[in-house]
Amino acid sequence: MLIRGARAIDPARGLDATVDVLIDGKRIAMVAEGIEAEGHEAIDGAGKVLVPGLVDMHVHFRDPGYEYKEDISTGVRAAAKGGFSDVATMPNTDPVTDTGTSVRYQIDRGIEEGKTRVRPIGALTRGEKGEALAEIGDMTLAGAVGFSDDGHGVQSAGMMRTCMAYVSQFDRVVIAHSEVETLTKNGVVNEGRASTRLGMFGWPALGEELEIMRDIELCRLTGCPLHVAHISTARSLELVRQAKADGLPVTCEVTPHHLFLTEEDITDAYQTNLKMNPPLRTPDDAEALIEGLVDGSIDCVVTDHAPHAKHEKDCEFEIAAFGTIGLETSLPLMLTNLVRPNRLSWRRLVEAMALTPRKILRLPEVGIFEGSVADLTLIDPEASFTVDRDYLESKSQNSAFMGAHLTGRPMELFVSGRHVLSAGEVVA
Amino acid sequence: MALSVKHLLDTTSLTADDITQILDTGRSFAEVNSRAIKKVPALRGRTIVNLFLEPSTRTRSSFELAEKRLSADSLNMGGSTSSVVKGESLADTIQTISAMNVDMFVCRASLAGTPHLITENTDAVVINAGDGKHQHPTQAMLDLYTIREHFGRLDGLKVAIVGDLSHSRVAGSLVPALKTMGATPILVGPPTFQVADPAFWGVEQTADLDAVIPEVDVVYLLRVQLERMEGAAIPSKREYNRLYGVDERRRRLMRPGSIICHPGPMNRGMEIMHEVADSPQAKVLDQVTAGVATRMAAMYLLLGGESDAY
Repeated sequence: MLIRGARAIDPARGLDATVDVLIDGKRIAMVAEGIEAEGHEAIDGAGKVLVPGLVDMHVHFRDPGYEYKEDISTGVRAAAKGGFSDVATMPNTDPVTDTGTSVRYQIDRGIEEGKTRVRPIGALTRGEKGEALAEIGDMTLAGAVGFSDDGHGVQSAGMMRTCMAYVSQFDRVVIAHSEVETLTKNGVVNEGRASTRLGMFGWPALGEELEIMRDIELCRLTGCPLHVAHISTARSLELVRQAKADGLPVTCEVTPHHLFLTEEDITDAYQTNLKMNPPLRTPDDAEALIEGLVDGSIDCVVTDHAPHAKHEKDCEFEIAAFGTIGLETSLPLMLTNLVRPNRLSWRRLVEAMALTPRKILRLPEVGIFEGSVADLTLIDPEASFTVDRDYLESKSQNSAFMGAHLTGRPMELFVSGRHVLSAGEVVA
Repeated sequence: MALSVKHLLDTTSLTADDITQILDTGRSFAEVNSRAIKKVPALRGRTIVNLFLEPSTRTRSSFELAEKRLSADSLNMGGSTSSVVKGESLADTIQTISAMNVDMFVCRASLAGTPHLITENTDAVVINAGDGKHQHPTQAMLDLYTIREHFGRLDGLKVAIVGDLSHSRVAGSLVPALKTMGATPILVGPPTFQVADPAFWGVEQTADLDAVIPEVDVVYLLRVQLERMEGAAIPSKREYNRLYGVDERRRRLMRPGSIICHPGPMNRGMEIMHEVADSPQAKVLDQVTAGVATRMAAMYLLLGGESDAY
């Protein structure tokens, strides 16, 4: 397969040029100008942008246990549609992914599907109960790429210290869902304007920030790499900035919904697709997060893809499930809202959505160079579309961006040379 | 003569003209309610469903009497059993009832936004009879009615709203309504009861009741809903009474001509002492009376009854 005349961007190699890229089997065989097309199937890359395969290191595929929301089969289709060659799945399945066997199950199911790779994140504690260490070593050997009690976090400081100390022997990152539950109890929207206006319990910014302070100190104590999940406030970002300045192994991520939506978007219509954990914050927070992404303080963009069935969202706000799907809209949102208006460079986009998450998850390096595994995403920055049911591949339709008009989307995706997205459609 | 809104979901959407219409129409119905025969044919043949997903005695009685006096046919549903508990979604419940061709839903619910969700599942008109900690617009109308009857105006009045502000749908409706009518609400309560963002409403908030009392025309006491607190925000009934309850000493600090309101039911000995509750300054029963008239007015205006029917 030959991709001809695309603008190829790989910041790790200092590459930003119009070149031809030849894929042979699982790897990139040649990167050069004017590769002889004869004998190769070719894709016209003119006007398009070729980048290393995107990675979303925070998704929920609900498999096993909640297959009515999503399963690995539909999850990887959504991921492929979004241009992702790899996704890291959170362990809050049923049963919780807290053993080597359950990690292996997800990897094998992903291999069977043959599209986007599934990279399981294992639970820190058994059953995500926060009481006893899960078999972290066994899960590491089975292929777990990180460890997290995502969904609620480890409430006890002592238990979190134990987790981080234990993980520190494996060259894996601890991914912290930062939430002090005694501060966020019953909270469904940001505490402040939204909770006052809508008459619902608030989820205060401090509920997140206090936990981040704690975990940064535990990182300092244990030396275990810490990755702060879905940061949502300006102060959370400041805490991470300070930790980095102190030389600590601390990284963080942000979701498109925390960048591009705020508490102001929740109207008297009580849109349940805007109910998130952590909640949508203030416009000032969102603006600070965009600046953090631009200047590199925020390491990567993730979706926290959280599928829920219609009956779990088509109800009163206070009892609706938390979360939005995001895999299919993540890159288009970034292109539309940040790259197109020249707020974010292509270089930063590729770092945040492809290169840095691989480093955080200790995945092998891929890029646009001869010999690299052929994980490639070809983007049409001019393609406009509307987010609707037909566009989405996920089993669930709970997108906070349903109806949005976006410009720029992935058209082709190769995973180990296998063509899994073609002309914007997932290859069966 | 019509309101600018199709439904009565909150007071935030109401214009000053809407509120004045409801209060003026309420006056006409108050006259009806003082007659020996308290019934007009204004909504004859119209069907109103009282969907009370949270227990309520006072508000439901007030709506029921208002419906009967307007000659509407009404149906009571709910009680303490939420449809969600039974496993049926609210949308299904509303669509099922709507299929029986009803004209109006009056809804009380423990979850904020429920009345709006109802509007998405029916063509009928919806009145919010209290949704969680969000709004209770007919309560605000009867409060404004009572205050206006006493002072002859709303513009320029200062109203202290005292108590569990952060859990109060009564405050959630009363504050915006007072602002729309040119009055100045002041929120008073312990920090653990204060709202997170008083600036959103454009109001002052303080814990110092004694400093506020001599400055205001109305002291509006909220019921401290212990069942709604979900976590101890005050140490005891006794201490709350000492710091925020209105007793004779505090009543004497009030301006001449000022009044005390309470949405009921009163916790005597907590937010209000017996002798104050029974004093002429307390307009609690006037509020109850006004409730039937203003609810008649709201239903009548929303359902577009005949203009000369009363």
